[in-house]
Amino acid sequence: MEKRTLLSMRNISKQYPGVLALDRVSLDIYEGETHALVGENGAGKSTFIKVLAGAIRPDEGEIELDGQTYSHITPALARHLGIEVIYQEFNLMPTLSVAENVFMGNYPKRYGIIDHREMERRTDEIFQSMGVRIDPRAAVSGLSMAYMQLVEIAKALAKKVRILIMDEPTAPLTAGEVEVLFQLMDKLHRQGVTIIYISHRLNEIFRVTERLTVIRDGCKIGTFRTGEMTREQLICQMVGRELNETFPRNTARTEEVALKVEDLSGNGVEDISFELHRGEILGFGGLVGAGRTEIMRVLSGVDARTGGRAWLEGKELSMKSPRISIREGIALIPEDRKRQGVVLSLPILENVILPNLKLVTKYSVINRRKEGALVSEQMKALRIAAPSMRQLAGNLSGGNQQKVVLAKWLLSRSRVLIFDEPTRGIDVGAKQEIYKLMCALCEQGASIIMISSEMEELLGMSDRIVVLCEGRQEGILKREDFSQEAVLALASGNQ
Amino acid sequence: MRKMKIDVKKYVSWIILVVLVLFFSAFSPRFRQISNAITILRQVSINGILAVGLVYVLVSGGIDLSLGPMLGFTGTLAAMLMVENGIPIFAACLIGIFAATLFGLFNGLSITATNMPPLISTLGMSYVIKAAAYLIHGGMPVYSLPKEMQTLGQGYVGPIPIPVIIFVVIALIGAFVLKRTSYGRGVFAIGSNQEASRLSGLNVKRIQVAVYTVAGFLAGLGGIIMMSRLNAGQPGTGADTSMDIIIGCVLGGVSASGGEGSIVGMVGGVLVMGVLSNGMTILGLNEYYQLLMKGAVLVISVGFDYYARTRKAEKTVRIVRSEGKKEKE
Repeated sequence: MEKRTLLSMRNISKQYPGVLALDRVSLDIYEGETHALVGENGAGKSTFIKVLAGAIRPDEGEIELDGQTYSHITPALARHLGIEVIYQEFNLMPTLSVAENVFMGNYPKRYGIIDHREMERRTDEIFQSMGVRIDPRAAVSGLSMAYMQLVEIAKALAKKVRILIMDEPTAPLTAGEVEVLFQLMDKLHRQGVTIIYISHRLNEIFRVTERLTVIRDGCKIGTFRTGEMTREQLICQMVGRELNETFPRNTARTEEVALKVEDLSGNGVEDISFELHRGEILGFGGLVGAGRTEIMRVLSGVDARTGGRAWLEGKELSMKSPRISIREGIALIPEDRKRQGVVLSLPILENVILPNLKLVTKYSVINRRKEGALVSEQMKALRIAAPSMRQLAGNLSGGNQQKVVLAKWLLSRSRVLIFDEPTRGIDVGAKQEIYKLMCALCEQGASIIMISSEMEELLGMSDRIVVLCEGRQEGILKREDFSQEAVLALASGNQ
Repeated sequence: MRKMKIDVKKYVSWIILVVLVLFFSAFSPRFRQISNAITILRQVSINGILAVGLVYVLVSGGIDLSLGPMLGFTGTLAAMLMVENGIPIFAACLIGIFAATLFGLFNGLSITATNMPPLISTLGMSYVIKAAAYLIHGGMPVYSLPKEMQTLGQGYVGPIPIPVIIFVVIALIGAFVLKRTSYGRGVFAIGSNQEASRLSGLNVKRIQVAVYTVAGFLAGLGGIIMMSRLNAGQPGTGADTSMDIIIGCVLGGVSASGGEGSIVGMVGGVLVMGVLSNGMTILGLNEYYQLLMKGAVLVISVGFDYYARTRKAEKTVRIVRSEGKKEKE
């Protein structure tokens, strides 16, 4: 079955300071196909799609579309050509309404005045065709991540999209929402829209794509028919080595209670009670919006508590501010790394030292030699891949940024580490490293709370799982009772 | 990589300074004299002292428009206390500085307590303080200060004016605290990413309050020196100062959006402003041309800086074929 080549990118190179992000990558995309780009974080996928979307200009190479050859694409040209991207970070205007966002830049007008009624009607139509219900007049800032995602897709649909690029679209979605998304993609596929799909979730790639291209370290490894590949082969191509996708087993769990939480409430979540044993990895499962992140923010002093108490190693926690909680031994590794985990414009060194300034100061003057020694020790221990500790956190891959966040809390010797989606947006290889680090931490006597929306991770890493549903605790599963069905049953409140 | 980038930003103001000095020296023998250099230093020292505080405010992600009027207020208050109320000189000066510090503290507290934008809150305060300066003495300046009061603003140690020495000491302390202490690290961190800083256990509000308070304190100190130099408590002093020092900081590579900046750069920026005024006065150009030049230097230098940064990224792109040009529709 010969298909027409719609888009041809030839010898695309892009150099960033210190990194060759793309090294003469060539790729043909057929008309109407769903094509996956796979590779570890930092492999160059994001750079590649930014070139295609006109967000950045490549140093070399050319792009052919509709018989025209371009040295680079501008955002305006991309739009004219019908190339739309849904980025991991949403491009929405939070203070505007859903409809205004969907039609951003091409508002329907009447007599030169924006026709709000028409805009809302058409937005509603798009949502109906997508099979979702969102009020076109609602402000985007009030929507959950999953809904923002859907608004992004509606935005692309509002224009005559020919090539839709989706960068990790399912990351913030729950299982049900992912299903809606896939049905939507199916619909678009039948309408002849070409889709370029990026995801770390290999199951999805096998499920929705026809062909896939593997990128590793800025180079193209090859393009394959998805159906002719096995999961193991694909992982092997991605990381360039055999890798077992099994989870390291945590063997450090003791019977000693490290953290005891009683009827903790706040942030829309009520009456959460559990005991975290020393050396244990306690999973928190539930749908997006069940209140897992919210209650952990209360526990770590970030948001206000309305009731309940908690004790760490016998001492009551005050939960008044992150500052106090850190001192008391609780560390939060937030889900939104770029905004809450690291300061992107500061170097690794200053990020790691930030909560640990007391360790390296005397009369609040910083001992530079000492901080350098401490940080380089952590960088070695965590295998943070960067040319130096002066590298800005913003130039690191997701996995390495996560390690920088971890380094902060290792240095401050936190007793309980709360991981909120520890491997979101992190590639297969780095994931394994994070898992091993978590086990190593437990060996050293720390205890871990892990919120995860990835079922495999949750079942694979946890010693026990607390499941929340709509702000309430539905149950605690022991390891021998672990199953996808059991978690889902509790998470959807069918108990 | 990072070192390179920082250095360029830090020294842009110094490069402009060298160019300006060479330019004025070429055209005016009077400008070249050592005594003139000292005059320039004395002229910029008070603004410089205020700008040290402003660097902290800007790096922390804030802004303070109320520092200029504090000059007039502090000077008038202290002068009034010593001339009319018979309070000892030293005590009167301390009370003046203390009052300015309180204004700074109020700025910090009101911003952190209400989360209102510092631009608005300090704009409002600049009017309040300006009004207060006039009201406390019925709008009249305070003259005939005690003789001993003149030393601070008009005295010399060897050939160096005392205000210059104070400026240098404060700039050195300011640079050290900003770069080498945990407090300085905190100022940079909250200016770059407030939420991540808070989650890292920094007391964001305390750092913010401290930043405005220190700026107020330094404005008070500047006000006393200014009073001593003018030999009077002038309530209207410092009308343009707020803007002048913001320009000085920005010229010196201090980012108006926070997280970036240095005292070294700011000193260069403030000196550029001083050299411009002085050089143009010597060349006989009137005040209006000076205003024009100050504005132009700001827009051109900062504009060039931003342009160069964008340009660098694009320089390597070539149009492959002629069809490629069609994109510019």
